[in-house]
This record gives sequence, structure tokens and C-alpha cells, in this order.
Amino acid sequence: MSRLSAMFAQLQQKNRAALIPFITAGDPSLTATVPLMHALVESGADAIELGMPFSDPMADGPSIQRASERALGRGVKLRMVLEWVREFRRSNRQTPVILMGYLNPLEAMGMATFAELAAEAGVDGVIIVDLTPDEGHEESALLKASGVDPIFLLAPTSGAARVRTVRELGSGFVYYVSLRGITGATQSDWPEVLQRVGELRRELALPVAIGFGIRDADTAARVAQGADAVVVGSALVEQLADCSNDQAAVQVVKNFIQALASAVQKPRSMQ
Amino acid sequence: MDNYELPDAMGHYGPYGGRFVAETLIPALDELNQAYQEAQADPEFRAELHSELRQFVGRPNPLYHAERISRRLGGAQIYLKREDLNHTGAHKINNAVGQALLARRMGKKRIIAETGAGQHGVATATVATRYGMECLVYMGEEDIQRQSSNVYRMRLLGAQVAAVSSGTRTLKDALNEALRDWVTHVDNTFYVIGTVAGPHPYPAMVRDFHRVIGDEARAQCLELTGRLPDVCVACVGGGSNAIGLFYPFINDRSVRLIGVEAGGLGLSTGQHAAPLTTGRPGVLHGNRTYLMEDEDGQILPTHSISAGLDYPGVGPEHAYLKDIGRAEYVAATDQEALQAFHELCRTEGIIPALESSHALAHAFAIAPGMRSDQTIIVNLSGRGDKDIHTVAALEGIHL
Repeated sequence: MSRLSAMFAQLQQKNRAALIPFITAGDPSLTATVPLMHALVESGADAIELGMPFSDPMADGPSIQRASERALGRGVKLRMVLEWVREFRRSNRQTPVILMGYLNPLEAMGMATFAELAAEAGVDGVIIVDLTPDEGHEESALLKASGVDPIFLLAPTSGAARVRTVRELGSGFVYYVSLRGITGATQSDWPEVLQRVGELRRELALPVAIGFGIRDADTAARVAQGADAVVVGSALVEQLADCSNDQAAVQVVKNFIQALASAVQKPRSMQ
Repeated sequence: MDNYELPDAMGHYGPYGGRFVAETLIPALDELNQAYQEAQADPEFRAELHSELRQFVGRPNPLYHAERISRRLGGAQIYLKREDLNHTGAHKINNAVGQALLARRMGKKRIIAETGAGQHGVATATVATRYGMECLVYMGEEDIQRQSSNVYRMRLLGAQVAAVSSGTRTLKDALNEALRDWVTHVDNTFYVIGTVAGPHPYPAMVRDFHRVIGDEARAQCLELTGRLPDVCVACVGGGSNAIGLFYPFINDRSVRLIGVEAGGLGLSTGQHAAPLTTGRPGVLHGNRTYLMEDEDGQILPTHSISAGLDYPGVGPEHAYLKDIGRAEYVAATDQEALQAFHELCRTEGIIPALESSHALAHAFAIAPGMRSDQTIIVNLSGRGDKDIHTVAALEGIHL
């Protein structure tokens, strides 16, 4: 059983959602990423989403754009990101790690090579923001063949045909983009989101994570009632941006993620 | 090549093109594609577009025989397709009118655009006002500084100009920001992309709105010379004016099609914007095409004297035409373009855009090696009034 399946199975028994924080690899420093990953887990993260920086992150809002720019400015490369995952895996064998990024840097490495190296490093899933199922058949097959889950996005605008395709091609979980917008924006219509996610959880044979627009513990608690996982990105990345050293960054993670974790870890009241 | 019919239903030109965008935009692209197909098949839409191109844009524009410069070069006869004479001074208006009419047909009240040199922004602002729509143009901070007169033009026309401060603060970042806006306001907003790039159906749609350039040029050339041209030359940034000229000639195998990229300070310096000449295939801004990228797949900053060519990608159809050998792609440096700029000013009394000057530079280079009964059509894609500050500054003159 993959680490992701094991995590979702375990959380289902506890009747609660997973907390998946997002950080950009190489931000706020090159040395911070691995300690931050461990700090995330110690503070209650169930899985980690690690952003692979790209020069043109067209689906990201200002916080993650700036984090990518800073990371690239420090010389972050895809191989370094994979090396950090490998290092994290030396002392953590159970927490799933999901990479999130854009297609071009992966193609520059070669999709087959990337899939192989990601699996070797201990990556569990990959989200490629600008690769929809229409164009992603070959890529998802390569990832699956290496034992890495290709995780697709669904949006409020996705129709029934799209949901069927994602059910066929995707694995691990499905990432539901909770709003029409970019990362870091705010969502106010949570009842509608949760209703849609409820439908998707029935239609897809996969867990559904909700991301985009979750910025605080209250919202996280609310979303956790109706989703299999809660992804928190920009709000964390913004706080990390202000950290002057790695210790400060680790402390930010502890304060912020512990609060989110206690909100998410409450068993679901509904269902 | 008798029946070239691309893209396929998924927007592919061979391995290029397609749709590489965030999931949220896919339904909007489907809706756009369907609306566009319906509009294209609707005689009323076509008649209105035709009438707007005549009455508002000023088409058809001439295919002008540049006799003095042809004589001076002592080879092929050079004909200029005078897109510079269109309303707003460049070919960009052809596409802006088409997309704005489509936006109106789709009931979208708000239009957004990205712009580099500002020509597409001005064209979009113009048609937005003409059809009574709200207009927001994204422009890189760096381009805003070097093209301040176009920024003022857009504001005069009632558009809002949003400065983009991310990345390299140029056209590619303006495109990213416009895509972000579109994802956020996808219900009421129409994104008028200014070149033959972006996700399907944009490359095909923008080409179709610009093919009037080649359709006119082909008929005018037959009328003026009694035969097809030997060579068609156009500058290539994203490649909209070039595809507009080339497309109607694709099945005419005797006609050489040459796209001229921005060679900047020279291809060996890395300071240029010539992805077809030096780049490799990758994925950016919703399509697969040739890109300027580093070995890690990060998009490289570009350089060109002309803001309109300063883009690290190129339309996917050009990538395909290059691979199958139907079109050739070369580069002209800043210096070569400047020289051609001055030459046209002094010989023909026409001030060309710096973008178009790249095409002129290549035409002037190959004409002497051709016979005097041969013909080169150069797409004079825009007028150079917007560039006089740039050119003057290079000569130490501050206007």
C-alpha cells in the first residue's frame, strides 16, 4: 500500500481529514527546507506538499510567485528538490510527500527520468498545475509506472466528462481547487464548495483534498468537516517569507501548523 | 503540401500547441472554441467583421512597390504590405476587432489583454471603446517605462493599464498576470490574447483574424506582378503578423516563407529573443512550442531593441512549420534592424516599426542575390512613430 493510501485509510478510521501544508522548496533558504519538513510533521501535518519553483507560475498568486522567484534566485534546481526529499526520507518513512509544480522543468529533465528519480527519492505524488488530463496521458502513465501518483486538479468549472477522466487517470487523491482564481485568494462560499466536494467524493473512487483559499484555523476546521484533506499554502508561505533565519522559520511553522492541526484533527461531526 | 489543415481538434500542430493551463480555464476555452466555430460559420458575423475591417481599420491596405530601395539593392523587387497604415498603426487591430466582436457575441462585458510594446494594448483599448466594453491591459513595468507613449494612448482611450512587477517585468509576465485575471473572472471576462500563442483555440483564432494580411497580399501581388511572390518575409516575436502573411501561401510551395526573429545583441551573446533559431521545445503560456529556457526548464530573460519581439516563446504553428521545413526562421540583430529602419526612412519616406525593421533587414540582405524579375513581400507590420524615442536615445538625442 502506498504511503498516501495508508495515510487516508488510517485517517478514515479516525474519521478526520488530513492536513497538508505547502511550502516552496528553497524558501526561505536552501538549508531550511528539510528542517521545515520535519517541523511540519512534528507540528501535526499529515502529508507535505513541496513546491518546485518555476519562473512563470501562472496559477499562483503573489505570495507563491515571490517564493518561487526567491528560491530560483538562490539557485534551486529540480535535482536539489528531489535531494531534499531523499534527505527527509532518511529519518521519515511514513509521511507522504507530494511535489507540486509546472510541466516545463519536469520536461527539461525528461519525464521518464523525473518519474524514476522522484520515486527513488521517496516522492509519493506529483501535481502538475498546467497539465490537464487531456494532455497528460503519457505523463501520468510514466509516473504510475514508477509508483508515483499523478494527482489531478478539479475546479468548480469542471464538468461531468472531466470528472470521469480524472477518475480514470488520477490516483492518490484529487485536488479540488476551491475557487475561480489563483493561490492566495480568498473564498467565501464554503457551503457551495463543501457540497460540491461531497458529490465528488461519491463520484470519484479517490479521496478529495481542498486547496486554494484556506488561510486560518477556523476555515481549516470547517473545510475538514467535508473533505479528505485540507491544503494550506499561501498563508504559510507568506509567514515564512518574513523569517530572517531557519530557526525563526521552524518556529513559524510550529506556531501556525499546530493551530491548524488541532483544528483539522477534530473528528468529523457529520457523515 | 496541397491541403494543409491544422490544428487538429485538440489544437495540435504536430507535437506543438495544445492546452496547458490550470484546470479552471478548460471550460472557458471550450466555450470560447465553440463560440468561435459558430461565429466563423455565421455569415452575419463574417459580414460585420468584414465591414469593420473596411470602415474602422481602413482595409484593404496597399501592397506597395518599394521601387527606390529595390533599385538601390539591385536585385529582387521589394513590395511592402502596409499594415502600418491600419488604424492604430499596426496589424494588431485585425485580431483585436475580431476578438472584440466575438466577446460581444458571447455577452462578455469586460475584456483584458496583455501587451509588450503596447500595440496590442492600444488596439484592444481602441476596440473596447468602439464596442462599449470595460478594458484592462496588463503590461510589464519595464515595458511601461520604454513605451510610455503607448501607455498614455491606452489611458486616453479609456483603458486601465495595470503594471506587472513579477518575473522579468516584460511581456511574458504580463501574459501570466492576464491568465491569472482570467482564471479569477472567467465568468464575465474575455481575454484578448495578442499573438498566435496561448492555449487552443487562441493560436488558430488569432491566425484566422490575421490571415486577411496574406489573403490581400496574395491577390494584390497577382494583380500587380501577374504571379505569386518568390519570398514572403515577416518578423516573428509571438508570430502573429508572420502567420497572417504566411498562412494563405502555405499550399503555394514555390513561395519561400521566412520568419525573422530578434537577434538582439547577437545570437552568441545569449542576449536575444530567437527561440526558433536557438531554443528547444517546451511548454509555456498554455502551449507547447520552441522556448528560450535554461537547462533546468526555467524561462530565460530575453533582449530585443523592439519590445514587440521581446518574448521567449513563439506561436506553435511556427514551431511546426519550422520542423516540417515549410518556413525558414532566421534572426536579425538590433543593429541590423536599426540600419534597415534608417534605410527605409531615407529611401521610401516610411518610418517602420522596429519590429518590422527586422523583416526589412533580412529582405534587404537577400534581395541583391535575387533576379530583378523576382519578388519579395515584406510585411510592414507596424509604423515606427512609437519607436522614435528609442531610436533618438541611441543617437544621444532626448526628445
